[in-house]
Amino acid sequence: MLDQIQQLLSDQIQGISLEPIPHSTPAGFIIPSANIHAVCELLHSHPSCYFDHLACLSGVDDGVEANTMEVVYTLYSIPHDVHLSLKVVLNRAYPEVASVCDIWRGANWHEREAYDLFGIQFSNHPDLRRILLPADWVGFPMRKDYEEDTAYHGMTIKHPDVLKP
Amino acid sequence: MTDTPIDMSKTGDGGIIISNLDDLLNWARLSSLWPMGFGLACCAIEFMATATSAYDLDRFGILPRMSPRQSDVMIVSGTVTFKMADRVRRLYEQMPEPRYVISMGSCANCGGPYWEHGYHVVKGVDQIIPVDVYVPGCPPRPEALIGGFLKLQEKIRGESVLRPKALEKILEERNA
Amino acid sequence: MKQTTYQYNDQHLSVSEPLKFSEKELKSEEMIFNLGPQHPSTHGVLRLEVITDGEIVKEVVPHIGYLHRCFEKHAEKLPYNQTLPFTDRMDYVAAMNNEWAFAMGVERMLGIDKDIPKRIEYIRVVVAELNRIASHFVAIGTYGMDIGAFTPFLWMMRDRETILRMLEWVSGARMLYNYIWIGGLYYDLPVGFEEQCQKFCTYLKPKLKDVDDLLITNKIFIDRTANVGVLDKHLAINYGVTGPNLRAAGMCYDLRKVDGYGVYPELQFDVPIGTGEKGTTGDCWDRTWVRMQECHQSLRIIEQCLEKLMTEHKRSADFDPRAFVPKKIRPKEQELYVRAENPKGELGFYFRADGRSDIPLRCKSRGPSFSHLSVLPEISRDVMLADLFAIVGSLDLVMGEVDR
Repeated sequence: MLDQIQQLLSDQIQGISLEPIPHSTPAGFIIPSANIHAVCELLHSHPSCYFDHLACLSGVDDGVEANTMEVVYTLYSIPHDVHLSLKVVLNRAYPEVASVCDIWRGANWHEREAYDLFGIQFSNHPDLRRILLPADWVGFPMRKDYEEDTAYHGMTIKHPDVLKP
Repeated sequence: MTDTPIDMSKTGDGGIIISNLDDLLNWARLSSLWPMGFGLACCAIEFMATATSAYDLDRFGILPRMSPRQSDVMIVSGTVTFKMADRVRRLYEQMPEPRYVISMGSCANCGGPYWEHGYHVVKGVDQIIPVDVYVPGCPPRPEALIGGFLKLQEKIRGESVLRPKALEKILEERNA
Repeated sequence: MKQTTYQYNDQHLSVSEPLKFSEKELKSEEMIFNLGPQHPSTHGVLRLEVITDGEIVKEVVPHIGYLHRCFEKHAEKLPYNQTLPFTDRMDYVAAMNNEWAFAMGVERMLGIDKDIPKRIEYIRVVVAELNRIASHFVAIGTYGMDIGAFTPFLWMMRDRETILRMLEWVSGARMLYNYIWIGGLYYDLPVGFEEQCQKFCTYLKPKLKDVDDLLITNKIFIDRTANVGVLDKHLAINYGVTGPNLRAAGMCYDLRKVDGYGVYPELQFDVPIGTGEKGTTGDCWDRTWVRMQECHQSLRIIEQCLEKLMTEHKRSADFDPRAFVPKKIRPKEQELYVRAENPKGELGFYFRADGRSDIPLRCKSRGPSFSHLSVLPEISRDVMLADLFAIVGSLDLVMGEVDR
């Protein structure tokens, strides 16, 4: 099934480079971030694959040395019973990728969460604002180099036992 | 009108109870502690379980009320997060005095299992509001929560509503 | 009160979670209602910003994050087996199912998922299905209470107590068990558990019928829930809705049948689907009815498993539930997505392991209630305010899962 999808994507989208994701269950491709919207649109609507269920949209921070961030889309096709992973690798300094809210409306909140926790910007998102953390929270907590403030609105963030030397 | 004999064993001769006003008022207050229905997380489910069929809380006079304006005691059951903290304080301030707070569960006592890496968890609700009784557990058993209520009742039994607290405070500040 | 620098400030409330709409944007007849985080029927700390035109709801904006407990950060700092108790606390009414999904994922990463003895798998199914019944009881009971029916709530909590006592007998805790470990279980089933559980199954069947008669087929309940909050099948799939909510919309999609994980392929059970019997397919009544039917099916599954546990996979003195629990959990470098059928829907975990340590690089949990809440604004257009609570209750949200 993976070969068919690769064939379909190479046929329909000009000049796309598809690398398979190493050691991934479900197997999938690394897509250049400029093409992700076209790829998702195709996979969602083409009758041979019809990936109608976006199971999970995760942001991943690879760390300061690797200097990349990733967004992993886990797709599932209910009619064909096929799983697929798509990965997009972004620059850590300014992570930006196209939003897929218009294809899967469930992605709306998942993207807001990725923005909230990692700082990944999703262009063309109808309503990109923080969802889990307060609106005046400083920083993106799931980044590997995140350090908490001392206090938020006067309440100490860290537990006193953690602060002990 | 039926001709049943009056049970004199509890009230002695003539159905009169003699008590002092403090004791009477305290007894009235502790026998009808009305908590605010304020469940945050898993402990709220245990609170619901304590309040219903198997571990009935109604037999202690404890009746969950929907609004902070009508409640005596606030049971902080569950993890308080930074986003929720200001709202907890606001609800506490909306409660009329005399008011009490029971901190139920480890998360409300001290941050609970999230103490080490929880960046969004308040490490203990006593950073925000004054707590009267701490009930440990994750989640505390219903018996533990009932024990917490009984401890609060003991505390109330020792209070004095009529004591001139404002005057005492002024004297304390003057002497300090 | 301990020494603290906290000062309450009214401004903090509107700065930390501003409303999406402001009064200037509304028409003159509309008003903004704030169903704040403390509300008896928001099932936890959910805040709904409702724009109403009189009694009719025009727009609902859910505000979440009041219970964000940083599960993913803990998963990145603690080894896999130490993260397991935190998965309990995500969907706290169905803790066994969460643990099982997480343990299944790590076992697949380690490659030991085919080696787990059958007895352990059967026990996992028994406790997971018991917890499914407990979770549906909370859902239906609190939903009845929202609608105004107080008695079914007390009946469901009483029956839930018997389940909790059995699970306490098995694992030691009433609600957050830490029982299903990676590679096995904490302890074997106690002696006499299978017989007690069989007695429980016979005890529960007439109780389910009682609730059916009192609540589900009650004319008032039907009037309040039929044709309300209709969720179309295709919209549901687009929003990522799974579990009983999707099955009530008419889609026969149950991960226990589709994926066939654990020992589910060896068990016989049906998948109840909503048919629009009392109204439209996918309305609130259908969702509650599907949950009720799933309780019946869970009892069927439990009885079959107990049969197996007393005959083919009997307890023996040399059975050690921790025999396959690995001392060091260090999966090879890989990424994995595992999903399981929780009582609320599809719980998914996305793991990323780097092969060099026993702490995952990334562990993202996909809670079903997160997606279900995102569909709320869509299905509650132009309903009455009282219907809004019927819809919120029927989606069966648990804020621990929404906010993680």
